[in-house]
Amino acid sequence: MSGPFRLDGGALDRSRILSFRFDGRKMIGHLGDTLASALLANGVRLVGRSFKYHRPRGVFTAGSEEPNALVELRSGAHREPNTRATVAELFDGLEAFSQNYRGSLRHDLLAANDLIAPFLSAGFYYKTFMWPKSFWEKVYEPAIRASAGLGRLSGDADPDSYDKGFLHCDLLVIGAGPAGLAAALAAGRSGARVVLADEDFVMGGRLNAETHEVNGRSGADWAADAVRELASMDRVRLLLRTTVIGAYDHGVYGALERRTDHLAESGGKPRQILWRIYSRRAILAAGATERPIAFGGNDRPGVMLAGAVRAYANRFAVGAGRRIGLFVNNDDGWRTAADLADTGVDVAAVIDIRDRAPLADVPGARILMGGKVAATWGRRGLKGIELATGERIALDGLAVSGGWNPNVHLTCHHGGKPVWREDIAAFVPGGNLPAGMTVAGAANGNFTTAVALDDGHGAAVAAVGELGYSADAGDSPRASDEATEVSAFWHVRESRGRAWLDQQNDVTVKDVVQAHREGFRSVEHLKRYTTLGMATDQGKTANVGALAIMAEQTGRTIAETGTTVFRPPYTPVPIAAFAGRSRGGEFRPTRLTPSHDWAAERGAVFVEAGMWLRAQWFPRTGETHWRQSVDREVLQTRGSVGICDVTTLGKIDIQGRDAAEFLNKVYANGFAKLAVGKVRYGLMLREDGICYDDGTTARLGETHFVMTTTTANAVLVFRNMEFARQCLWPGLDVHLISATEQWAQFAVAGPNSRALLRKIVDPEFDLSNEAFPFMACGMVNVCGGTPGRLFRISFSGELAYEIALPARYGEALMAALMAAGEEFDAVAYGTEALGVMRVEKGHAAGPELIGQTTARMLGMQRMVSKKKDCIGNILSERPGMNREDGLELMGFRPLDRSQDLPSGAHFLATGAEPATENDEGWMTSVAWSPELGHAIGLGFIRNGHARIGETVRAWDGVRGRDVPVEIVSAHFLDPEGERLRG
Amino acid sequence: MLIDHPLLGPRDAQEFVILGDASLIDRPDWQAGDAAQRFHDYQHLRDNPAGEHRELWFHEQGDRSWLVVTRNTLTHEVVKVELARDVAIARGRDR
Repeated sequence: MSGPFRLDGGALDRSRILSFRFDGRKMIGHLGDTLASALLANGVRLVGRSFKYHRPRGVFTAGSEEPNALVELRSGAHREPNTRATVAELFDGLEAFSQNYRGSLRHDLLAANDLIAPFLSAGFYYKTFMWPKSFWEKVYEPAIRASAGLGRLSGDADPDSYDKGFLHCDLLVIGAGPAGLAAALAAGRSGARVVLADEDFVMGGRLNAETHEVNGRSGADWAADAVRELASMDRVRLLLRTTVIGAYDHGVYGALERRTDHLAESGGKPRQILWRIYSRRAILAAGATERPIAFGGNDRPGVMLAGAVRAYANRFAVGAGRRIGLFVNNDDGWRTAADLADTGVDVAAVIDIRDRAPLADVPGARILMGGKVAATWGRRGLKGIELATGERIALDGLAVSGGWNPNVHLTCHHGGKPVWREDIAAFVPGGNLPAGMTVAGAANGNFTTAVALDDGHGAAVAAVGELGYSADAGDSPRASDEATEVSAFWHVRESRGRAWLDQQNDVTVKDVVQAHREGFRSVEHLKRYTTLGMATDQGKTANVGALAIMAEQTGRTIAETGTTVFRPPYTPVPIAAFAGRSRGGEFRPTRLTPSHDWAAERGAVFVEAGMWLRAQWFPRTGETHWRQSVDREVLQTRGSVGICDVTTLGKIDIQGRDAAEFLNKVYANGFAKLAVGKVRYGLMLREDGICYDDGTTARLGETHFVMTTTTANAVLVFRNMEFARQCLWPGLDVHLISATEQWAQFAVAGPNSRALLRKIVDPEFDLSNEAFPFMACGMVNVCGGTPGRLFRISFSGELAYEIALPARYGEALMAALMAAGEEFDAVAYGTEALGVMRVEKGHAAGPELIGQTTARMLGMQRMVSKKKDCIGNILSERPGMNREDGLELMGFRPLDRSQDLPSGAHFLATGAEPATENDEGWMTSVAWSPELGHAIGLGFIRNGHARIGETVRAWDGVRGRDVPVEIVSAHFLDPEGERLRG
Repeated sequence: MLIDHPLLGPRDAQEFVILGDASLIDRPDWQAGDAAQRFHDYQHLRDNPAGEHRELWFHEQGDRSWLVVTRNTLTHEVVKVELARDVAIARGRDR
């Protein structure tokens, strides 16, 4: 026997004995047990301590709505806190630990909180920790943080993997109880594509927990046969252990499948899969959740929902006690008495709040109609109850039923509001359901098995009929109607001691009354003030009782009081499941340049540029500081020749009869007259006149251009150009295609660049300055016949080219260039050297183009054409963007040449206070120029050109720097551009 | 959310980028006497209807069509999907 409380029968595989540990104590259970049922079978009733008062708590339910039995599962990096023991399947070797105590579970030092409970009622944080102010950071917050939370995170990276999946179906059936199974059978037989999802590890829902009959056989057997039939259908997909967590737009549902949580080892398989299910129709057959009645001491381990007691007895073969009482306000609760008597558990008493004739005679039980439970006793578990009349009854289990709440959650995810049905004293789905959804069975307030089966069958026939499936769906399964009368009853006024509503958040009836007294009367305020309905269970067993009490207080009806908003997810989802495979290095795709492997082999240091990895610099033996490598790369490039992979720049191929006119519209400067074989620098504005990108565009033919954009804006520029093409000027004959990844492109820069390229480019192409001058471009063949493109453009300010080849030749080209460059001592340079050289030349880049930059600030106002229609030119004329005393891009150098410069520093006049009103601009980019031998900077400063030679301070309050600098031209090197034309 | 692409059929909204109000198609005449005012309004003024809204979506992870999607902002129901190019031509845009 696996534990002293194990009964006969049930749906366990008793041949499979599973050993597990709880708080280190070794016990056994069977295949088919949950951790909760196995603990109950072994007589473990105290499983955790409550959140606020550290009250002893036990298993309260048999499903995902569990508020109390939260445990840490597994150990080490696999440890998962706050898992519900009621849904954790038992496996051999399972390790679980109780939570939220200091000392031991039995002797929790923080149980002292319970003694000072009068001071810890709703809102005590807001009232207590107000003063003295200085106490907050040093005393209150650390103390609150130390006691907050329930379970502990492992602190290690999650070692499991998680997947995402996509499913498409005609009909999604949510829940595999009687209504869901009947629906799936009808739809499956009609030939529709069906997905049936259920959160449990056995399909059948309450049929497995009850003793109902379907088609004249046990409900559980009928369910098993139904599942077998469904499994044989090609177009039906069964998702066990899968919770549909949310309804999204247009028939899309989210679902979490737990693939290996029930196994000791995941075996390298994904632990969970987050499904996105695209459905044409959906049937919500999510059933109902039982709710308790509030009375004094109703949180003691041993007090349990009546339906759960029945599930443990019928399905898991566990007695929730040896002598169990019933406290109910409805007919359904009486079934627990009958089922317990049948399985041989003593029923002590049936206490029904209703003044009516008893429903049945229960052997050996006292029947107390019109009775109420007012208090309980038993230190760590229930030992007895006291009635409102003062009579005491000794027992060790109390099954409570306050009626059932349909699981309306998913019907509300698109703003639907549930409506109150007086006859069943419960909220049912209102209007405004997610499109394509119908609700069947208990989720719709149809509580009897017979109606649920009919309802599910009918809903499916209607849904697939709308989709054109008309094959015979068979008959609806038959069952009998059980008695389900209920009389609304929420709490026992005569209670002695605290009456608990939300056991997970330790919210009592008194807290709700207090919230009302203090003005927190809307259900949403009640929730935030008392924390009612928060955390892992989202108040599934608590909310309706609490709002009924709020209704009592305000004198409104329950219907008027309403519910809080239901939001996804239905039950907790690990963040890891939302992340799926997108974590660590796979958080997003990594783009590699054609020369990546070549650079990696040479020990390059890489930097992330958007999704790209770019070589930042290439350290050589003996270089111990990045500056040494970067200085060398700059000096060697400016002294001879350097090669840099610039493939990451966006490349857009533009073709069509109107390509030139189109470019004229998307660039601020003119392009219509650009000659074939020439390249031009282009400035791009947003429609509001702000500069957002720049680059070069080459005219390869009368109707063929190729544009480059900055690396960062490649996607945005392409998007905007497609917008211009399709939405603004649809009559232009022009087509665009992104060619960023199709072409490998290298900058070859420095006085020896022409000599180097002469060795690479096939001899029939004339590279002389006359034949191929600055800003020329053309198709060339390289390395003996490989077709490529050559552009004479320069970002470094040197005589320079960019050469492009189809991407597959990129790595070979890098090697060929370096080999050909050996005689010139050619150097490969990275993004740092690139940056130093562009600062030396005063070229604007990302740090200058910050979404507030005007053409005037860059000194390019004359480039913005007033004579043509182009994006941004009208609004670029706004007076505020063209002030004479506006910011201008200038160069800066330290008065003391040995000082470096702080980027981000603000410019202040000598002697001025560092204050916003004295701010004159800021330093955007800094570098150390190896050629000049001192630090240089670019920045925006008011009226800069008129102030050349003036000294200001570069003040950096963050780094504590205050450096006197001289305003100079932004063109530090070769201002006339003689080198690049040479 | 799904968008029923006129050329490709229903596609997940994840494949798209939204820009906003389809009034951005109606770019003013740059030579109008009050061009500055018109461009100001074009750039900055938007209706924000509770109900049907015509908006521009770009099929960036797909065929790169710009679409005009008529969507109910209260229910997210997609009422109509058109190629933005067709809309632009119908509204008299040319070159």
